[in-house]
Amino acid sequence: MSKLKLATAWLDGCSGCHMSFLDMDERLLELAEFVDLVYSPLVDLKDFPDQVDITLVEGAVASVDDEAKIKKIRAHTKMLIAIGDCAITGNVPSMRNPIGPEPILDRAYIENATLQPQIPCVVVPKLLKVVRPVHEFVEVDVFLPGCPPSADTFHTALTAIISGEPLDIPALTRFGA
Amino acid sequence: MSDTAEVKTLVIDGQEVSAVRGQTILEVARENDIQIPTLCHLEGLTDVGACRLCVVEIKGSNKLFPACVTSIYEGMEVSTNSERLQKHRRMILELLFTERNHICSVCVANGHCELQSLAQDLGLTHVRLPYRNPELTIDASHERFTADHNRCILCTRCVRVCAEVEGAHVWDVMGRGINSMIITDLHENWGESTCTRCGKCVQVCPTGALYDKGKIGSDHPKYPDFLPYLNLMREAR
Ligand code: SF4
Ligand code: SF4
Ligand code: SF4
Ligand code: FES
Repeated sequence: MSKLKLATAWLDGCSGCHMSFLDMDERLLELAEFVDLVYSPLVDLKDFPDQVDITLVEGAVASVDDEAKIKKIRAHTKMLIAIGDCAITGNVPSMRNPIGPEPILDRAYIENATLQPQIPCVVVPKLLKVVRPVHEFVEVDVFLPGCPPSADTFHTALTAIISGEPLDIPALTRFGA
Repeated sequence: MSDTAEVKTLVIDGQEVSAVRGQTILEVARENDIQIPTLCHLEGLTDVGACRLCVVEIKGSNKLFPACVTSIYEGMEVSTNSERLQKHRRMILELLFTERNHICSVCVANGHCELQSLAQDLGLTHVRLPYRNPELTIDASHERFTADHNRCILCTRCVRVCAEVEGAHVWDVMGRGINSMIITDLHENWGESTCTRCGKCVQVCPTGALYDKGKIGSDHPKYPDFLPYLNLMREAR
């Protein structure tokens, strides 16, 4: 059997979900027998590849860049897995939603700045009005909640998905776990 | 039990059970180890049927009935866990999650929250409706406690425990529908209200909406079991 192509993506999240993924430790080697990691913050590749079997996405959709990325990922991925509460509920990044992006940017870059107060607008992507979960933009196939989902959750879920076995996610994890 | 009690027999989930006239479906189910999920119900408080998590089906009707406020009758046939009921319960939970701002990972109740656990029990892995993201206040004026309206599910357990058990009736509900808010006195700050500082409301609150300032971080177990005990002790006096 040829190996599955696995990708991981990082939108508006703290990278904690990726850290927890790495926490699988030596079990990653086991997984590597079944998957090739073709795209990830851990892989030096700039563009999302054309054909990916499984993509794990961390983080909420918070900027125009996140939105473009997730749409591209979806178009090139067979199975999209939302990992962590940020991707699934908006979680911490969505705490700005009741306030809106402008006051947040003001607070960070103007009110609290002592040198050259200005809101960055070059290179950095524009923030969306509200932070939204991934499934509000594209279809998601599997939801793995948790902040972050534990390494065991990752391991059990991925092993089941790769081998096509049934998967009981609420038995493994929950919001905030 | 008074000797005028009338015994009724009914069927819950295919199991024949007996009950006393005036009992609710929920009471009878629990006495027989049949689990029906609840949020606004709490043993020791009057039932108000606010959350509708406890809905059940009764043979002969297409409607759903809240088990906590529906009395049993002779020959009643109740079903508590059909696909249809599970679907409705999940939808209710989704609505509760979208209505306010539940950020479990930074909530004091994380890991000890009835809303969160119910979502897990009922197999909810995401919410299909868009979040409303309302702008809500946090009242930290009280010396010991905080009210975070972002986490309130309007179950009114706090209102009832304060009125019925503590006898102070500090808590109340203001507004209607989606704009409802729990308030202290006539919308005074909690810290300036007639609160007796007993903390019963904090203990019965199923979520992270009311919490003890002494419990920092996401580790705030609550102990609502004091209520039936307290009532029992009072009756015994
Ligand atoms: S879900 Fe938690 S761990 Fe994962 S990216 Fe969001 S904040 Fe970080
Ligand atoms: S109250 Fe419960 S469901 Fe809401 S954020 Fe806190 S832990 Fe999560
Ligand atoms: S504060 Fe807590 S107990 Fe009171 S209505 Fe809200 S969720 Fe219920
Ligand atoms: S427990 Fe019956 S309606 Fe809330």
